[in-house]
Amino acid sequence: MTDLSPLDAAGVQAAVDEALSAFSAATTLDELKEARLAHTGDKAPLTLANRAIKDVEPADKAAAGKAMGAARAAIGRALAARTEELEAERDARVLIEETVDVTLPVTRGLTGARHPLETMQETMCDTFVGMGWEVAEGPEMEAEWFNFDALNFDPDHPAREMQDTFFIDPVESGLLLRTHTSPVQVRAALERREALVKEGRGIYVVCPGKTFRTDELDATHTPVFHQIEGLAVDKGLTMAHLKGTLDAFARSLFGPDAVTRLRPSFFPFTEPSAEMDLRCFVCGGADALCRTCSGTGWIEWGGCGMTHPNVLIAAGIDPFEYTAFAFGMGIERTLMFRHGVKDMRDMVEGDVRFSQQFGMEI
Amino acid sequence: MPKIPLKWLEESVDLVPGSSAEDVASALVKVGLEEEGIEGGSVTGPLVIGRVISLVKEAQSNGKTINYCRVDVGEHNDPAGPGHKPDNKDEYPASRGIVCGAHNFVEGDFVVVVLPGAVLPGPFPIGGRKTYGHWSDGMICSAKELGLGEDHAGIIVLKSPSGESDVFAGASVADEDLVPGADAIPLLGLDEKTIEINVTPDRGYSFSVRGVAREYSHSTGQVLRDPAAVPLTGKRGSGFEVDIDDQAPIRGNVGCDRFAARVLRRFDPTAPSPAWMKRRLDQAGMRPISLAVDVTNYVMLELGQPLHAYDLATLHEPIQVRRAKPGEKMTTLDDVERELSVEDLLITDSPNGERGSRAIGLAGVMGGLDTEISETTTDILLEAAHFTPVTIARTARRHKLGSEASRRFERGVDTALPPFAIERALGLMQEFGGGEIEEIYTDVNDVDPVEPILMDPDFPSRIVGVDYAPEAVIESLERVGCKVTVLDGGRLSVVPPTWRPDLEVQVNLVEEVARLEGYDTLPSVLPVAPPGRGYTHSQKVRRSVARTLAEAGLTEVLTYPFMSEQRLDEMLVPEDDIRRQHAVRLANPLSADKPLMRTGMTATLIDAVKTNLGRGAQDVAVYEIGRAYRADHIGQVPTSFSGTAITPDDVERLNEALPGQPRRAAGMMVGNRVPASWNHAAEPFDWTDAIAMVQKIAAVCGVQLDVSSRPFEGLSLMPMHPGRAAMFRLLDGTPVGYAGEIHPKVAENLGLPPRSVGFEVILDPMIEASEGRIAPATPVSQQVLAKEDFAFVVASDVAAGDLVAAVREAGGELVEDAHVFDVYTGEQIGEGKKSLAINVVMRGADRTLSAEEVLAVRESIIAAAGEKFGAVLR
Repeated sequence: MTDLSPLDAAGVQAAVDEALSAFSAATTLDELKEARLAHTGDKAPLTLANRAIKDVEPADKAAAGKAMGAARAAIGRALAARTEELEAERDARVLIEETVDVTLPVTRGLTGARHPLETMQETMCDTFVGMGWEVAEGPEMEAEWFNFDALNFDPDHPAREMQDTFFIDPVESGLLLRTHTSPVQVRAALERREALVKEGRGIYVVCPGKTFRTDELDATHTPVFHQIEGLAVDKGLTMAHLKGTLDAFARSLFGPDAVTRLRPSFFPFTEPSAEMDLRCFVCGGADALCRTCSGTGWIEWGGCGMTHPNVLIAAGIDPFEYTAFAFGMGIERTLMFRHGVKDMRDMVEGDVRFSQQFGMEI
Repeated sequence: MPKIPLKWLEESVDLVPGSSAEDVASALVKVGLEEEGIEGGSVTGPLVIGRVISLVKEAQSNGKTINYCRVDVGEHNDPAGPGHKPDNKDEYPASRGIVCGAHNFVEGDFVVVVLPGAVLPGPFPIGGRKTYGHWSDGMICSAKELGLGEDHAGIIVLKSPSGESDVFAGASVADEDLVPGADAIPLLGLDEKTIEINVTPDRGYSFSVRGVAREYSHSTGQVLRDPAAVPLTGKRGSGFEVDIDDQAPIRGNVGCDRFAARVLRRFDPTAPSPAWMKRRLDQAGMRPISLAVDVTNYVMLELGQPLHAYDLATLHEPIQVRRAKPGEKMTTLDDVERELSVEDLLITDSPNGERGSRAIGLAGVMGGLDTEISETTTDILLEAAHFTPVTIARTARRHKLGSEASRRFERGVDTALPPFAIERALGLMQEFGGGEIEEIYTDVNDVDPVEPILMDPDFPSRIVGVDYAPEAVIESLERVGCKVTVLDGGRLSVVPPTWRPDLEVQVNLVEEVARLEGYDTLPSVLPVAPPGRGYTHSQKVRRSVARTLAEAGLTEVLTYPFMSEQRLDEMLVPEDDIRRQHAVRLANPLSADKPLMRTGMTATLIDAVKTNLGRGAQDVAVYEIGRAYRADHIGQVPTSFSGTAITPDDVERLNEALPGQPRRAAGMMVGNRVPASWNHAAEPFDWTDAIAMVQKIAAVCGVQLDVSSRPFEGLSLMPMHPGRAAMFRLLDGTPVGYAGEIHPKVAENLGLPPRSVGFEVILDPMIEASEGRIAPATPVSQQVLAKEDFAFVVASDVAAGDLVAAVREAGGELVEDAHVFDVYTGEQIGEGKKSLAINVVMRGADRTLSAEEVLAVRESIIAAAGEKFGAVLR
């Protein structure tokens, strides 16, 4: 083969065409590299032709240079384009080759969860804190005075009997496991009465926590349970404010249509007293076979009333100047009807599967 | 709780026309009487009277003997001829064939038969079926099957002409109604409904038909016809002598303030109670016994006044009401000899002229055996007294003798009732049992007049938040029976009725107005609280701790705080450990084997781990946030205070007497932290995981902890592995908890897998340590860091934590981080030694460190490690 002359326009074009078709024919970057070496390497005809420009007649040099420049540029563009194409193909192929099964299990380690009785209390407290109330807490092992006397329980009230209350040995110690979170109401009122009297700062507290009564564990009873109680002490508070607070609370847990109903009842620490029912949030009273409300349309939720003057007096608050209301409900009971928990034992036995179905929030 | 038959209620108040039992119940709920249940009316026919024509006893292979009965059920009979297949080989008179397993009846008895197509309470539909080789068309019924009571054995025999069978007392049917085939539902009162009512402690008067009728009237406006409004006959005077002599009133209350008594002579003790009375007693849950006893019970159920009938012939005048003497005993009606307390109030009589020498009744609770009326008693002394609630409540509880009488007296009985109740009762006894009522009756009446309550007429509006007109307030109060006088200036003077001892202060009247006007009229007004302070530091931190542990893979559980001694044994807690010495004990534990309150939470958290392991879980990680309880001593908590209000000093004294009960967090991890999977091997939990959890908690609390293996004073290392337990203290030395591996022997005792790990910390001091702290920010340096590695050979008992602390201290403020990245022991190092490789990161706050500066730090670290721990650079 004779050397290609830079002035051989047809020959140069043929070499360019040959190179372009070799680039197109290359299906991999390696083949493209071979084609590149073959057509642009030191021994490639066009390279040699380019080198031969120095040997042509001076008059032809410009034309030869231009022709060769155009040829090399065409090859360069084709090479770049083909490289880009092949690299894109390679990249796409690599990604496909790296494909995994994203449905395989990925969790390392165990997944934890909160206990729903705890998250329920937190959710309830959040509602009240959002309304400006505070969360008060107190001891679980409590003085009988706070649990009963301060709450207007007559010394001969049957609730003080052994069958309801866990007493600490010896009985004369005057200690017990609180039977309700109401002693916290009194403690909270005592702590805040100065701000009430001196600054006119009303007392608005909720008291969540663990309580104890001597019931054997079964599907609907547990000796250790949880309550949340509320207490508001201020000038001019009425039962209408109690109703308004309960309605707001009900809406926060059961949606904007939640409605409560009060009916007369009796508690030593409130007068007037009421039982509080929640309009069944499942059937709204429309289903005679509803399992949540047993077809009655109402769910018994808790007790409430206007705090008895004797309780205010025990906390050092003048009942002629201030009025107060209080309410309380069971957390277990709320969890049972809100979430359809059928058996109390699931809440207390510590089977992690029970907590895990609720996760981190309720 | 009282059961009120609606038919009985209707005698005192007309029901709203068309009312069902449910309607009556909801009318009562509106005024505060909650329904506990509705009985009756749940049987649908055919339920008929039957007469047993024949009865053949057939022994069965299963050891039972059954009766094949042919029963005459009148219009429901099959015609005479062959029986239903397979009884079609024999001829029978017109009747039905029924197989019955009970044996308390004979041929000729009248019984109650339920035929195919009927539905018994349950609901339990009845059909014909083949059984024990016969065709049986329904059943001969027991009381239980009909919902007439639980305690009657066998089937109901309505009448036994042969006299061989015991006639069922609970449901009486008049002879003329005993017609085979007659519908038994009305005859047995099964179409009558009874409402059981939950009476709150303030409404003692509702423990009667009279009281419930009054409430129904309040709710609906229907007119009450007071059943106690019977005209009194005779004269109050010197009847049977009664003397009240209470020398030891309880809490200032004389035990008996009224005692009425009257004599009925020549009464016929064999006269039966009328069927309607027996049925009502049964519906109300009491067993009919004899006319005299039935009448006392009937009048008690109707009016709420307990009555007691004495056999006059056995009584020695006078009766004295007094407290028991020390060591005194008496035998009550139930034939139990009881040792009396000096607080017990007694009814006594005076044999041999000795006044009050013989106890004949535990006042208001139960009568005595000696003076009980019998089937031959013709002369009766009937007592209707008023006893004060505290005395009766204490006696009933002391002797565990809750009776129908004590239940009423302890809730409060109308002081005006005694003569009326006697009039009503003796009238009934005379009507059905004859005799003469003595003209003169005794009525010792020391009842104090009811004090008026003064109240502004707008007071109810101020408490309830509804504008009640003064007239409406007065009207409501008058409807409940109060006498209201308007004083000058508009104040009201309100005298509550004798049946409402619970109306003592103004707010009691407010409730009456509110409930009569209706709680459904209450508006809903959301009060505006002053801006609150939000959650406390402790509340926020605890929530964060709980979430952190859950996110670290632990699941929150709530275990009971009750603990057995055995659990402490299993945990190898020694005798002198404060977790035993300071355990709080319950006076009345639910179960005798768990009398203690937990002294640490691990003790009960184990229960949750065991529950999960027992249900097949292998990898369990749980935590609990709660309290454990310890008391150095259980002192006596003050129970009374100088004034009406408690003072801050009183609260302090009270709080000091309470056992310590700080909040804690505890966790246990068993099995694998990372279970084996397709892409990695299993990684078991080990002691480092437990310590890491405590470090996470400390980080949340914002405190630094001192970690060591030094035990706490008074506490053994149990239940932890002695070589794999970390003890945590605040930097001031306050112990806060431990973490590590469970002692292998403890794990074995508890049935836990080997290498189980756990931790327990007391949260309160950790949280308090960061309370109110405002952390200053340190500028983040943007300078280039320098890293230096050191491999120190030290004695094997040198704690890595101590060496790292020394390295940090020696490096000064240029050291940003220092941590152990390798631990090596082996031949190259020599016995009793280990190599700790430490990586130190240095950085200047404002400059890139020069080689000389880095070298200087390096040298001072080496020098300090050598000096303090004999560390040699490898």
